[in-house]
Amino acid sequence: MSDRFKPAAQILKEYNHDSAKLIPILQKVQDAYHFLPEDVMRYIANELGISPAKVFGVATFFAHFAITPKGKHIVRVCNGTACHVKGSASIIQAVKDKLKLKEGQDTTEDLLFTLECVSCLGACGLAPVMVVDDVVHGQVTPAKAVELLDEVIKAEAK
Amino acid sequence: MEKENFVLIEGKKVAIEGERNLLELIRKAGFNITTFCYQPELEIYGACRLCLVEVEGMGVVASCCVAPRAGMNVRINTDEIRRLRRVNLELLLASGNHNCTLCSKSGRCKLQSLAQEMGITEIRFKAKQKETHRDTTSAALVRDNSKCILCGNCVRICNEIQGIGAIDFAFRGYRAQIATAFNKDMGLSQECVSCGQCARVCPTGALTPNSQEIEDVFKAINHPTKKVAVHIAPAVRVGLGEIFGLPQGKSIDGKIAAALRLLGFDYVYDTAFAADLTIVEEATEFLQRFTQGKNLPQLTSCCPAWVNYVEKFTPEFIPNLSTARSPMQMMGPVIKADFVEKGGKREDLVVVAIMPCSAKKGEVKREEFYVDGNPDTDHVVTTVGLARMIKEAGIDFANLKDEEFDHPFGTKTGAGVIFGASGGVMEAALRFAVAELDPKGKGKLDLSALRANSTVKEAELKVAGKTVRVAVVSGLRNARKLLDDIKAGKNKYDFIEVMSCQGGCVAGAGQPQFEGWQARKNRAKGLYDDDAKLDYKSQDNKDVMALYGTIFDKIGGHKAHELLHTHYFDRKDRTGQK
Repeated sequence: MSDRFKPAAQILKEYNHDSAKLIPILQKVQDAYHFLPEDVMRYIANELGISPAKVFGVATFFAHFAITPKGKHIVRVCNGTACHVKGSASIIQAVKDKLKLKEGQDTTEDLLFTLECVSCLGACGLAPVMVVDDVVHGQVTPAKAVELLDEVIKAEAK
Repeated sequence: MEKENFVLIEGKKVAIEGERNLLELIRKAGFNITTFCYQPELEIYGACRLCLVEVEGMGVVASCCVAPRAGMNVRINTDEIRRLRRVNLELLLASGNHNCTLCSKSGRCKLQSLAQEMGITEIRFKAKQKETHRDTTSAALVRDNSKCILCGNCVRICNEIQGIGAIDFAFRGYRAQIATAFNKDMGLSQECVSCGQCARVCPTGALTPNSQEIEDVFKAINHPTKKVAVHIAPAVRVGLGEIFGLPQGKSIDGKIAAALRLLGFDYVYDTAFAADLTIVEEATEFLQRFTQGKNLPQLTSCCPAWVNYVEKFTPEFIPNLSTARSPMQMMGPVIKADFVEKGGKREDLVVVAIMPCSAKKGEVKREEFYVDGNPDTDHVVTTVGLARMIKEAGIDFANLKDEEFDHPFGTKTGAGVIFGASGGVMEAALRFAVAELDPKGKGKLDLSALRANSTVKEAELKVAGKTVRVAVVSGLRNARKLLDDIKAGKNKYDFIEVMSCQGGCVAGAGQPQFEGWQARKNRAKGLYDDDAKLDYKSQDNKDVMALYGTIFDKIGGHKAHELLHTHYFDRKDRTGQK
């Protein structure tokens, strides 16, 4: 087996090749590969004895799963009701401008960032909220958002 | 004491006799409610919400999902039910691109006919029209998701009956659609074997057999110099008639021969001729393998979707597949060889096959069936496609007088005709093989076990001191199970017939659509009725036997091998494996 499939093989082993565990398997595989690549999904389907179309169906049903490559850093901007009222739209626009994301594009060309607009992070008291790599930032302004991105870019440049 | 075992449907007492759900009982009572997602041979899905009824004490229920219970009082045509069904239908109509006049399914579409039945003249809901994307990449099938109502019949038949799962639901909510793995075009699907059973159960024009070739056929017919030969598969003669209001399953080969001449075909032949030829080669091959005990069980190879299946899913059985070509792919090269022998040029003869099948369309495009860029069979038209041609040409089909097929390639025996029914190929092969093993054998074989209306059948024959064990399966999931049992050593056979469509070619994707088993029974009966009027075994086909010594040196000889046999490819997906 080529090295490419070794992480997936390990995860399948952990779950005993049980096709009923498809969702947790895909979650772990996504953690390992940052998204769900087509060949890896096909491999999982073959190993679990289910059809690749079924795996694709599950992967496209849940918003959590990504079937296109994701960036190294995940930026989540909340656009739930509270954050929306507190001006999250301008934050989203600032992030898009900073990362030069075109309409419909959520991952930067250099695969450094992926922007996700999410519906509620359950931290409405801090609205508007932005999460960079699992660190929650409250009462964000467009300027603060750009600052946070610059910090990541600076750290990456080192 | 128990209550009497009946349900009250619109005030009428209807006895419960093992019906699986209320819908079946309602239909038995004579109320033929049009629904989309209910298919008797598939699991209940309950998606289309058009079988809604009111049950006293239960309220409004989807009758396909409710078990009949004694004492139920069922109402079908209340104002409430009529209103709900209408809303549900309007929502379906609003959700897609249902431009009937431009749809190949027009006139045979359930969505269309239900809209007519309900007298719908406007849709009150304005929805964003789905973009039309006609996927024509598959030779066998055309897909247009904008016409899909997500009833799921295609997904369920591909999973439950074929055991493949080439398509499934993907995405979510308004964006939900039926998709192949990774949303590839059908022509690029690693899993699809082109059997077309998805199209057979599709109530709308979302999945249909590819009918683009009809234009090419008309062009060939009207070509100033080219000659066009046509031949019809056995199942076509028992499938076409119902489109023209003739009794379902009655063989109308004479009318078809007449219609084909009126359409302008130069030579009108019968695929059953080539079926006899297939039997001569395939049964001879079986006798050799049987004597040597090599590559048993032999698997039939005339079903192209089954061949695709073996190549894609169980390539370890490729050595077991008979190398004999399908009748269609024997017919093409034989007619062309004869044409060349008589001084013609191969490319000046266009061979058209009328087939009950979608996979046949892909079969003719396989590389190994081309000679210097010229295909052995030029075009495949389905039974339904032929009906369209006949209608377009304005032929009054139902009133045609019977005509004969042209000879020699229209000569057939009963053995060739029964190829269209599950069990028919095996019976034909055994008729040949037994006569070879036991030339003094008396009369006809009793193979009624192979004619049963079942998807898994077996028989054991004692011939000349030897026992031959055969099996007949239809439906690819059944076939897979049989192969798995053989691998596990649980079962042993000498010869296995596999047809991808349950019931055989009579139930192919190219045939008029139907639900349930009765249509299969009627059509198979039509073939066996024809068989009873014809010679018994393929050896009796003098025009077939005359080929040996003219075009071919001998049975199984070199030239015969070149024109009548083929080879297979391992196309299994092994992503990530060594």
